Amino acid sequence: MIAEQKIEKTIINIAPQMNDGNHGLHYEENLLWEKERCDHSGVDLPKPDGTALRTGQSARGSIGLPQVSEPQVVRHFVRLSTWNYSIDHGFFPLGSCTMKHNPRLNEKMARLPGFAHVHPLQPESTVQGALRVMYELQNWLAELTRLPGVCLTPAAGAHGELAGMMTIRRAHEAKGQGHRKIVLVPDSAHGTNPATAVICGYTTKTIKTSETGRLTIDAFKEALGNGDDIAGMMVTNPNTCGLFESDIHEIARLLHEAGGYFYCDGANFNALVGKIRPGDFGVDVMHINLHKTFSTPHGGGGPGSGPICVTEELAPYMPVPVVVKNEDTFHLAYEDERPETLGRLRGFVGQFGMHVRALAYMMSHGADGLKQVSEDAVLNANYLLSQLKDVYHVPYKGTCMHECLLTDKIQKEKGVSTLDIAKALCEHGYHPMTTYFPLVLPGTMLIEPTETESKDAIDRFVIVMRSIAEDVAKGDTEKFHHYPVSTPRKRMNEVQAARHPKLRWKENS
Amino acid sequence: MRYLPQTKQSRKHMLAAVGVENIDALYKDIPADAFIKGLADLPLHQGELEVERTLSAYANQNHAAPQGSFFLGGGLYYHHIPATVDHIIQRSEFLTAYTPYQPEIAQGTLTAIFEFQTFIAQLTGQDVANASMYDGATATAEAALMALRINKTRHKICIGNALHPDYRAVLKSYMGNHEDTEVFDGLPDADTACVILQSPDFYGQPHGYESWRKICDETGALLVVVINEIISLGLLPAPESADIVCGEAQSIGIPMGFGGPHCGFFACRETYLRQMPGRLIGETVDEDGRRSFVLTLNTREQHIRREKATSNICTNQGLMALAFTIHMALLGEDGFKQLARLNHETACRLADALEKIPGVTLLNEHFFNEFTIKLSKNAKDVVKAMAERGIIAGYALDDNQLLLAATEMTTEKDIATLITALQEILL
Repeated sequence: MIAEQKIEKTIINIAPQMNDGNHGLHYEENLLWEKERCDHSGVDLPKPDGTALRTGQSARGSIGLPQVSEPQVVRHFVRLSTWNYSIDHGFFPLGSCTMKHNPRLNEKMARLPGFAHVHPLQPESTVQGALRVMYELQNWLAELTRLPGVCLTPAAGAHGELAGMMTIRRAHEAKGQGHRKIVLVPDSAHGTNPATAVICGYTTKTIKTSETGRLTIDAFKEALGNGDDIAGMMVTNPNTCGLFESDIHEIARLLHEAGGYFYCDGANFNALVGKIRPGDFGVDVMHINLHKTFSTPHGGGGPGSGPICVTEELAPYMPVPVVVKNEDTFHLAYEDERPETLGRLRGFVGQFGMHVRALAYMMSHGADGLKQVSEDAVLNANYLLSQLKDVYHVPYKGTCMHECLLTDKIQKEKGVSTLDIAKALCEHGYHPMTTYFPLVLPGTMLIEPTETESKDAIDRFVIVMRSIAEDVAKGDTEKFHHYPVSTPRKRMNEVQAARHPKLRWKENS
Repeated sequence: MRYLPQTKQSRKHMLAAVGVENIDALYKDIPADAFIKGLADLPLHQGELEVERTLSAYANQNHAAPQGSFFLGGGLYYHHIPATVDHIIQRSEFLTAYTPYQPEIAQGTLTAIFEFQTFIAQLTGQDVANASMYDGATATAEAALMALRINKTRHKICIGNALHPDYRAVLKSYMGNHEDTEVFDGLPDADTACVILQSPDFYGQPHGYESWRKICDETGALLVVVINEIISLGLLPAPESADIVCGEAQSIGIPMGFGGPHCGFFACRETYLRQMPGRLIGETVDEDGRRSFVLTLNTREQHIRREKATSNICTNQGLMALAFTIHMALLGEDGFKQLARLNHETACRLADALEKIPGVTLLNEHFFNEFTIKLSKNAKDVVKAMAERGIIAGYALDDNQLLLAATEMTTEKDIATLITALQEILL
C-alpha cells in the first residue's frame, strides 16, 4: 500500500505533462530533469584512476544535472524536433530573413575532418587548406560586392554591422574627424542598425521614409544638415519595404561630399547577388549574411556569419585577422601587419564552419547560378505580389525586389489583424511572413519567397492567403482570433512569461 | 542549377502574370552603372561531385587532430563528441528552423534552449543564463558592457588575472567605442565597474573566488568570472559568488572547426536579469494552460528598443547551444564529472612525463587540463619542429614557454610520442 502511494506520487511529481496530450504522431515530452533518473551516464567513459588532484581545490559536489541513457536522449530530442517548423517542411516566407533551401552538401563539406577538427592556433603550415577556403571566400565576396577589403571574422549580421560601423569610426579618427558622432538611419531600418550605432558610441538621427516607401533626396538633405557632425548613414538596400532606393547614387554622393560614409545593411543582398554590385552604387561598407544569401542554415537562431566588405580606402581599418596570400602560402595577418586596424571583434578567426558552407554554395552556383538566384528571387516575389494585390492592401504601388510588402488595412476593418493572419498561416501549415516590420506603417506583412520555391509552391501559398482574405471579407472572422488550434501549442501567454520570468528548470517550482 | 526549381516555362508564365516583358524590367529602379555587364568574374556553376573534390582536397591540406598527437588548447579544446549529437543537430527540424518568433510552431527549439539555459545556470552556480552568445570573447565584452550599465557612474574595467589574449583584445575593441571607459590590469578602485577573472586562467592555473569576492565587495565592483574550458566545472568549485559568469561552451558537443562556430554562454544573478544581453527563453502556458516556452523579456532587445537596447545582438548560437544540450544530456551528472576527472588525470600524466625531461620545467602550481612549461629552447621553434613530425605540440608563448592541454582524447601513445620527440628536439 505504501509502495503504491509512493509510485503514484512520483508520477504526479515527475511528469505532470505526461498524463495527456499524446495523439496520432504528436507526443508530449517532459524536460530532462523530470525523467526517471538512470543510475549511470549515457556515455561510457573510462574509469578515472582516482589519483590525487592537482587543482589546488576540493572536487565539486552535486551539480543537480539529470541523468538518462542514450536511447532516452535520442527520443527526447527527436520528439522535441517534431514540434518545430523548418524550411525543409515547407514555404517559409519570412521577409528580410531569406529562408532558402540549405544544401546538405555544405553540411558534408564542413564536417570533413580536415575542416572540423583543426585548431586556429596550429602552425600555419598545417592549416593551409583552411586558410585557402577563407581566402577564396574573401575573393568571391569582394567580386560580388565590388568592395575589395573583406574581413570574415564577424559572427552574425548584427556583429558585421558593429564591425562595419567601427571601421567607419576608426577611419574618421585616423583622418582627424573623430568629432563626427551622428549616424543617419531611416525609420524603416532593422532595429539592429540604431542599436549598433549606439554601441559604437554614436547617436542616431532618423530619416523619414516618403509615401513612396523610399528615401527622398530632400528628406536626406534635411537630415544631413551641413553634414559636419555626420559620421555616416546606415541604409538597407533594397530597403525593408522591398524596394530599391532609386535615389541612392545621388544620396551617396551627397553623403560623401559631406564627409560621411555609407554603410549598407546586407540583409537583402539576395535581390542583387551576381547581378548588381553595391560598390557600384556608392556603398563604402557592407555586411553580408552568409546565413541568408549564401544558404548557411539558421539552426533555430544561429550560428550566423556576417563578413564585411569595404572600399580600398577603409580596408586598413577593418578588424583582424584577414587572410593574405604570400606567393604560394596563405597567412593570417594581425595587428602587427595591419597597424591601423580597429583590432579584434571575436576570438580566433570567425565562424569558419559557415565559411566552408558558403563557399560550397557559391561554387555550386557559380557566376551564372548566382545571377539566376537574384532574378528568380525577384521574380518569385513579384509573382506572389501580383497574385495577392487585389485582396490585400499594397501600400507602395509598382513592382518590388525580392520581397513584397502588404498590410492588414482591408482585413482590419473586419477586426482581423496581421497577427491573426500570421496565426492562421500557422494553422494552415505555413510559417508566417515577417509581421509588424518595417515599422513605417501599421500592420505590415513582409513576404520573401526566395528563389528556391517553385511556382507551384507559391501558388499553393497564394490559395491559402486568398482564402483567408475571402473568409474575412465574408465576415467569417471569429475563428481567426483562436488560430492556431492544430499546432502542438495554441497562442501563448506572453505577458505571464515576462511578468514572472521563469528562465530555467528548478526542482519543485 | 540543381537548387533552383523554376523552369523556363514557369518563368515565362510568371513574367506574364506580373505584366512585364523581361526580368530586367523588375530592376528598373537601379542605376544602370551598378549592373554587372554579363557575368561576374567568377567560375561557372559546378556539380556536387566537382565541389566535393575541390573542397576535400583543401581539407586534406590541413593537419587534423585525429591524425595524431594533439596538445593544443588555449581556449579551444579537442574533445570527443558522441555520434548522437551530430546526428540530432542535423535533423531538418532543428537545422533549418528560424529564430523561434512563432512559438506555436517552434516549441522544439524553445524547449531545448530552455534546457540549455538550465544546464548553464547549474554549471555556473548562477540564477539565470541566456540562450547563448557568439563566443567566449564577445560574451566577456558584453559582460563588461553590462557591468557598466549596472554600475552606471563608473568607467573602468579591471582585468584581474591572465585573461585569454583574444578575449582581452575583443574587450579592448568594444570598450574603445566609449572614450570615457578604460580597461586596466590590477586591482579595482572606486571607479571600477567590474573585475574580470578567468579560471583556469590562460596559463591553465585555477583560481579561487573568495579573495576576489571580498576585494569586489570592498570597492563595489561586480565580479565577472570567465570560464573557457567548461568541463573544468565538473571538478572545480562553481563560481557561485560571482555576479556574472560567462565564457565558452565549445568543449561540450562542438568541434574546434578552425575557430567556429562555437557557443558563448552568459549567466548572472537574478537581480541583474533585465540588464542581460541576448535572447532569453521563458516558461509560460498556452491558451489551454499547457506548459510552453517563449522568447521573453524582449523589451531589452534591439527589435523593440532600437537605440535603447541592452545590446545589438539579434540571434544566439542556437544550433551550437543544442549540440551542447544534447551532449550534456548524454553525459548527465556522473558522466560530466567523470569526464572532468579524466581530463585532469590525463593532464597529470602528461605533466609527470614532461617533468622528467631535462630542460623542461612545469610552471603551474595547479592546473585542470592545461598548463604551461618552460623549455630550454625557443618554444616557437619547438612547435615548428614538432609539426614537422606530425605532432601539434601546443601553443608557443614568449620566453620559451609552451602551453599544453590534455583531454580524454589524449592517449598514452600520444604522450609517449610527444615525450620522445621533445627529448630529441631539446638535446
